[in-house]
Amino acid sequence: MGAGQPGDRERPINMTDRTITDPKGDDPKTADSTRFLSHLELDQPDKTFLDSNELVINMGPQHPATHGVLRVILKLDGEQVLGTECVIGYLHRGVEKIAEHRTYTMFNPYVDRMDYVAAVSNGLGYCEAVEKLLNIEAPPRARYIRVILTELNRLASHQLWLGTHALDIGAMTPLFYTFRDREEILKIFEKYCGARLTTHAFRIGGCQYETYEGFERDVIKFLDFVPPKIDEYEELLTTNRIWLERTKGVGVISKADAIALGVTGPVLRASGVKWDLRKAQPYAAYSDFDFEVPIGANGDTYDRYSVRMEEMRQSLRIIRQAVEKIPEGPIMAKVPKVMKPPVGEVYHSIEAPKGELGYFIVSDGSTQPYRVRVRPPSFVNLQALDNMVRGALVADVIAVIGTLDIVLGEVDR
Amino acid sequence: MLNYITSYLSSNTTPGQAGNVFWALIYILVVFGGISVAVMAMNWLERKALAHFQIRLGPMRVGPHGLLQPIADAIKLMTKEDIIPAEADKFVFWIAPLIILCASFAVYIVVPFGPTHAITDLNIGILFMLGVSSLSVLGIVMAGWASNSHYPLIGALRSSAQMVSYEVAMGMAVVSAILMTSLHGLGAYGVGAGTSGTGTLSMIGIVQAQQEQHVWFLFKFFPLGFIAFGIFAIAMVAETNRAPFDLPEAESELTAGFHTEYSGLRWSLFMLGEYAAMIAVSSIAVTLWLGGWYRPFPNTLTGETWDLVFSLFPGLTFLALAAIAFVGVRRMPKHPYFRVQTLGLAGFGVVLGVIGLILFVPPVRDRIQDIFWFVAKVAGFMYLYIWYRATFPRYRFDQLMKVGWKVLLPIGIGVLILTAVLGVVL
Amino acid sequence: MPEEPKSPTLPPSGEPKSTAGHAPAVPAKPAGPVPIPWDSAMVGKLKGQYGSGIREANTYLGQNYMVVEPSIVSELLQILRDREQFDYCVDVTAVHYPQREKQFDLIWILYSFPRNERIRVKTMIADGERVPSAVPIWATANWLEREVFDMFGIRFDGHPDLKRILLPDGWKGHPLRKDYGIIQQDQEWVQANLGIESGQ
Repeated sequence: MGAGQPGDRERPINMTDRTITDPKGDDPKTADSTRFLSHLELDQPDKTFLDSNELVINMGPQHPATHGVLRVILKLDGEQVLGTECVIGYLHRGVEKIAEHRTYTMFNPYVDRMDYVAAVSNGLGYCEAVEKLLNIEAPPRARYIRVILTELNRLASHQLWLGTHALDIGAMTPLFYTFRDREEILKIFEKYCGARLTTHAFRIGGCQYETYEGFERDVIKFLDFVPPKIDEYEELLTTNRIWLERTKGVGVISKADAIALGVTGPVLRASGVKWDLRKAQPYAAYSDFDFEVPIGANGDTYDRYSVRMEEMRQSLRIIRQAVEKIPEGPIMAKVPKVMKPPVGEVYHSIEAPKGELGYFIVSDGSTQPYRVRVRPPSFVNLQALDNMVRGALVADVIAVIGTLDIVLGEVDR
Repeated sequence: MLNYITSYLSSNTTPGQAGNVFWALIYILVVFGGISVAVMAMNWLERKALAHFQIRLGPMRVGPHGLLQPIADAIKLMTKEDIIPAEADKFVFWIAPLIILCASFAVYIVVPFGPTHAITDLNIGILFMLGVSSLSVLGIVMAGWASNSHYPLIGALRSSAQMVSYEVAMGMAVVSAILMTSLHGLGAYGVGAGTSGTGTLSMIGIVQAQQEQHVWFLFKFFPLGFIAFGIFAIAMVAETNRAPFDLPEAESELTAGFHTEYSGLRWSLFMLGEYAAMIAVSSIAVTLWLGGWYRPFPNTLTGETWDLVFSLFPGLTFLALAAIAFVGVRRMPKHPYFRVQTLGLAGFGVVLGVIGLILFVPPVRDRIQDIFWFVAKVAGFMYLYIWYRATFPRYRFDQLMKVGWKVLLPIGIGVLILTAVLGVVL
Repeated sequence: MPEEPKSPTLPPSGEPKSTAGHAPAVPAKPAGPVPIPWDSAMVGKLKGQYGSGIREANTYLGQNYMVVEPSIVSELLQILRDREQFDYCVDVTAVHYPQREKQFDLIWILYSFPRNERIRVKTMIADGERVPSAVPIWATANWLEREVFDMFGIRFDGHPDLKRILLPDGWKGHPLRKDYGIIQQDQEWVQANLGIESGQ
């Protein structure tokens, strides 16, 4: 077993733990290897592996089920989880620092890359925040186009979430079904703005591209194509006994905990808080549409699953209403070529598929923002992981990471 | 010498019972060769069927429609670097896959493909099968231990715990089937009065008991036979560590299973053992409940004509496969790069067709019938295995153990008691 | 009301510049948005309680914010959560103004579910000054404050586990400060741990 003591090696033995960014002894003052475990209170680190009943396991940065480069250090008692610690930052690209050295328009493509699964939402939030700072409003047609694309993106994001979550729990088939259906959405995006994933769809002041010839027809065809597919996913999973056993009662977070921990999005709604920024503080034409906000009762994984499935259906409802009522008119407001917002700060947030995505922009009157702060929903939701898996089993950790729907690009920015 | 060889041909028993070493060896070679081919075919079918469940095509390039993929995989695995972890126990590391392989293959000496088509017929056949296949647990634990790493060890311990628990449930189901061989239930349940089944553990004897009682044990004492079969069908999936009970070896879980540290040929031996075990337990299920080698509907559709009709099935199956191969040939792209593949597929179709035609010849037909129906039923089970894997999520380990001990075992005991009671009372 | 900032004003075309006695009409730049005082019952109560502790309470572009003294911040946040029902801490962030004496602007963005209201609480602190942590008030502040520490170097008293979150543990420097270059890296750490000369 080697020198099999859990506390004394810097990296626990793990075939997947081969990252070169793992510091070999970074700060000499704090080079003891339990630095990651400070709050886990590893009490008896010098017991050998087979004697101690506490085991520290590393779900390394490369792992099929961590949705990106996320490292989770688990402290286990046999099979039960006593505590977790997330080590993030493997995908940190310094987006907020870059923003200070780019003009407002130049920064627009960067925001897509944060939550790369739902790039359109990111763009929407940023453009709306800057528009707020400039005190201008996008014209109605642009707002409707924004709503349609954002809701399509919400659907695509939830489909990806469903596929990967089901795969983590063991059902490999829904992944392929959801990705096939997601292709239709990506085709619409490609026809609209040329890109499937990091779309850069919106501009400050509206949309740059007019909807292409046949956009409405494509969207309506898609709206007819997708509901039976969602039924298909439900058929595979919702009443499946194994799925129910793996998700009911797993990763429960109470309403009070959810609010205290600041989780937002479907995670919060599954715990019983009926709050959706599209209804509470409407932005971009959402007040014109009639849709419902699904909530769950128990705050467990199954409820989060049901909430997201229902959200998919409500998104279809919104898109249908938007496509039918889309007004004519200009798609871009009068925006100066050189954008110099007046000195001030603004915080604007939207309901991204993952939660409340907020942009806090400080302007100093020049063409480049003084500070852009992105409030990432996945970052704050991931914090709740520890709360949700205490006392659960190891296999549940993976289910819970999947159900939180995190994208590491957004967590790390 | 020639006498020795030919004298067996006129006898009506298995070579083991006749004591004929030569023919026993022939049969062993045929059976083991057949199992190896079956494992390769199963590998191909798994990849293709799983792919089609997932709306994709699966292997298409290596050979027409991926038919040569298992051979390519075998060559790849054999030529891979053989890595042994440092500080691993080398002898145990080497012998663990061999134990699993031997345990999985040794049970085939009693698997009955026909009334005399078995290598031998031990009078404790079913006991032998269950006992020897349990030895693979030893191999798993050895593999996990010898890897000198705590993840394989945890995975191995979990696998072995799972296999042992489900063996108990399997045992209950098997015993209730064995009971049915001797309990005949005078007149009730459509069983012919006056039959006196003598209880037997021999595999061939069990199938013959189903024949004598004119009922497959699946339908005997309905629904008890059905429930016992159901318990066995679930337990056998758990026994072979297949989905949905494959947590110990799933990739997205933390512990990657007992075969993590094995690479190349050693790993392929594990896979060979796993598929062989799957076929073995399916054979048990077929023998005990599904009437072994008997054609479907032996009791409701009786008579010479029906016998003739069903005896045409093997030939027709192969001709149908040949037809599918030719359809595939028609649909191949008409590009020079595909010429070899097209020819290969056409050749394969021709071979299948020739086999099909041979199977229409009456002497061959009679001898081959039993084997064909047995293999067809086992093939059905294999397809079910793949279907389960595509459809179901995975059970968590504690839920898995709960199902084994708290659900299947009580039901198994209940079925056993009720079978015994009904058999005596009725 | 849409604002249309104009480029440097030109005389309307057609009018000769050198016409004497005729000053070219310069279109006046419309007034941009300015912070207007924020009066509400809550602000009134707080001002009554803290007096000069609340330096300003304004509304800019429809968003309410308060600038407060660092000494009263933790009490104020507690009151905001308990009495004023701001139960959800949306964000904790900072801005660096190196020219100012109090270099950092520390900002809490709070939201109240019952009132559907969002406010910002701002305070200004000097470099090296420590602020009480908001973790006892909202659990969500844990990682948010760690990120502020990581990026700016502001320490929070009472934080259970204040260490870097996005950057590796041994990194020197706080990147979002204005004196940290855009392509600057901790060369020592990179060379020691990645074994490469930095690619910059």
